[in-house]
Amino acid sequence: MRLKLLGAGGGRLGSLAGLGRGGAGALALPGCLLYTRTGAAPHLTHDTLREVRGVPGVAHIALPALAEIHDVLEEYKEGAAKFMGLPDAVLYCSLHDPVTPCPSGYNTNKVVSLWGSSGRMEMTASKFMDIQRAIQPDWFQCLSDGDTISGEAGRKRAKKSVDRSLSFLDICLQLQEKSPELQGSVMFGAIEGGDILEERLRSARETAKRPVGGFLLDGFQGSAMAKETKLKLIASVTAELPEDKPRIIHGVGKPDEVLECIERGVDIFESFFPFQVTERGCALVFSYECHPDPEATVLTQNGILDLEKNGAQEDLEEVSKADPEMTPFEISLKDKKYHDDFGPLLEGCSCYCCQRHTRAYVHHLLVTNELLAGVLLMMHNFQHYFGFFSAIRDALRDSKLDQLKELVFRQALQGPANATLRQ
Amino acid sequence: RSRALKMAAPTAGPVPVLRIVAECGRSRARAGELRLPHGNVPCPVFMPVGTRGTAKGLTAAQLAALGCRICLGNTFHLGTRPGSELVRRSGGLHGFMDWPHNLLTDSGGFQMVSLLELSEVSEEGVRFQPPHGGEEILLSPEKSMEIQNALGADIVMQLDDVVSSTTTGPRVEEAMERSVRWLDRCVAAHARPQQQLLFAIVQGGLDLELRRRCIQAMTQRAVPGFAIGGLSGGEDKAQFWRTVKFSAELLPRDKPRYLMGVGYATDLVVCVALGCDMFDCVFPTRTARFGSALVPWGSLQLKNHQFAKDFRPIDADCGCPTCQRYSRAYLHALLRSNTAALHLLTLHNIAYQVGL
Repeated sequence: MRLKLLGAGGGRLGSLAGLGRGGAGALALPGCLLYTRTGAAPHLTHDTLREVRGVPGVAHIALPALAEIHDVLEEYKEGAAKFMGLPDAVLYCSLHDPVTPCPSGYNTNKVVSLWGSSGRMEMTASKFMDIQRAIQPDWFQCLSDGDTISGEAGRKRAKKSVDRSLSFLDICLQLQEKSPELQGSVMFGAIEGGDILEERLRSARETAKRPVGGFLLDGFQGSAMAKETKLKLIASVTAELPEDKPRIIHGVGKPDEVLECIERGVDIFESFFPFQVTERGCALVFSYECHPDPEATVLTQNGILDLEKNGAQEDLEEVSKADPEMTPFEISLKDKKYHDDFGPLLEGCSCYCCQRHTRAYVHHLLVTNELLAGVLLMMHNFQHYFGFFSAIRDALRDSKLDQLKELVFRQALQGPANATLRQ
Repeated sequence: RSRALKMAAPTAGPVPVLRIVAECGRSRARAGELRLPHGNVPCPVFMPVGTRGTAKGLTAAQLAALGCRICLGNTFHLGTRPGSELVRRSGGLHGFMDWPHNLLTDSGGFQMVSLLELSEVSEEGVRFQPPHGGEEILLSPEKSMEIQNALGADIVMQLDDVVSSTTTGPRVEEAMERSVRWLDRCVAAHARPQQQLLFAIVQGGLDLELRRRCIQAMTQRAVPGFAIGGLSGGEDKAQFWRTVKFSAELLPRDKPRYLMGVGYATDLVVCVALGCDMFDCVFPTRTARFGSALVPWGSLQLKNHQFAKDFRPIDADCGCPTCQRYSRAYLHALLRSNTAALHLLTLHNIAYQVGL
């Protein structure tokens, strides 16, 4: 694995090359992973995924689903990628699934708890490495204790998360040396430490001393940590890490947060966010075009005016009925107002869904509980999200990151997006 | 967006719909093609059911890639949600689904009888209470044609008076004779005979004499095709096949014969041998959503533990995208966490039926 940086300001523009078995895999940076559930993009078969543009070169799989079929993989012998019908994929195996909640209080000095469809599984370092030997991932997150996100963790708990994770790291590195199946696999060390700066710095420095291939910023999931604390810690942590190794962050997906992390030295993100948007029947419609044509800008502004004119009352009602998890970057296709909207999900989008179908059709599919709704929304949401990362890289290249930030942050403040808001 | 214009197809004139290419020497099977407004369809043909304007999780592109050139839309469901007027404004069902090939809609009659407890049949039509609220509706032959004309399918079905095949007594005869009268009303009400082919539906239950009378009456009307209705609903197998055979023998050779609601693989093969050309059934798509894969020797319940370590494809001889790439063991694991597994099975099952 080779990391090359192009030295742009405001973020680490570059690429990773030489990935995977054959060394042909690559990932542009900053970038995201392809979120999968047991090796398949959610709702998407291999051929429907092929219709999505900009699919990243590294696929993300969570350990719990694979741990549950450990015995199957052991018997199969040829590794998880091949088992899942992805023989040429570059696979990153994280410890947890970003979408599955991890109840607090189930880790010890020797054991980390994972949560899968059959419930809780206890991982010791040796069991963890046994399973990784059967999976044979290209990258994997080392066993670590990230149970500091519930908001109740104090200094002592933060210190424990660092101590335990370093101990697991040292054991697992030793075990990896003795495992022929894992010689080609890159271990990512997890940076823990809760919201305690001292512990975060200690974790970063100590982890950086070990021969890991990359770093994983853990414990920033959820909403318990104050925003300023989170950003400050991320910046402090990455400052301690070597330039030539990639930095992944878990649990960050919203466009504004992605930009903030990129500015603070993070390279790689997950793509669970478009999946969550899909699951609530929503479509991403936020703009990331830095040079919208002047006409569109006028339309945008008129759209905002229409919102105000249509009556705040009506909008308030809609807002309260909407999914509480909904962000300002999306529209909710279940809303009655789309039942005869014959425009695409997002004007100007070139995805499979927007090229062939209308908001009215997707609305109908959602209302009638048809499986195709998830398929079409996932295709759109993934393509839009991957396009966002591409726009970030372009902005870094053209020194226009500030403009992109301004555009995205403006939309973050606007409140739930409106059907007439054409970008 | 002028999708309606893009979907314009050549008109269905007096050219015969069915062109027979070969006939079996030993059975009554025939191979040929249906010449339909949105392209030719080889037959015998299995038509997947896309009830509400979607073939259950498959994109229109995937369905076409499997070789499907005609599928079904359901008038009852689409007529209630989103409503025929909205579909018409979307460029008809073709535009709404973005389906460039052929579509067939049923009349809406079957669902009303099979799904609703509060439906009432009279000479006027079928009165019922819509399941999702709203006023009582009368589905008459005229109303059914109005909806189907708005949906714009290539083949539309007459409204028939359907009774369960296990029903006996005078109701069967009443339903048969009413179906003939309703056929005439559908023909009269059909506003788009050039773009949409109206098929008649033969009724009569398991009574061969009633079937004969029905066919005699209906063949006097100038319809481009005939369906055999009212079967495959729990009747005795031997009687089922006997009725199909009898009906197919009496129906004209040069027009397509559509056996509605059939079915399982064995039934498909037998009924082709008996002379039927067109089939539809929800079974392959429905069973896929329960984790069941169809194979020549039956079906595999992939959720079963026995498949956890079975590294073979569903069927080594199957050329579908699922069998080309995935093992039974992987599908077993994927079924737990990802709807993509259901789509993979749907792909396989439709490929299997269409390939039959």
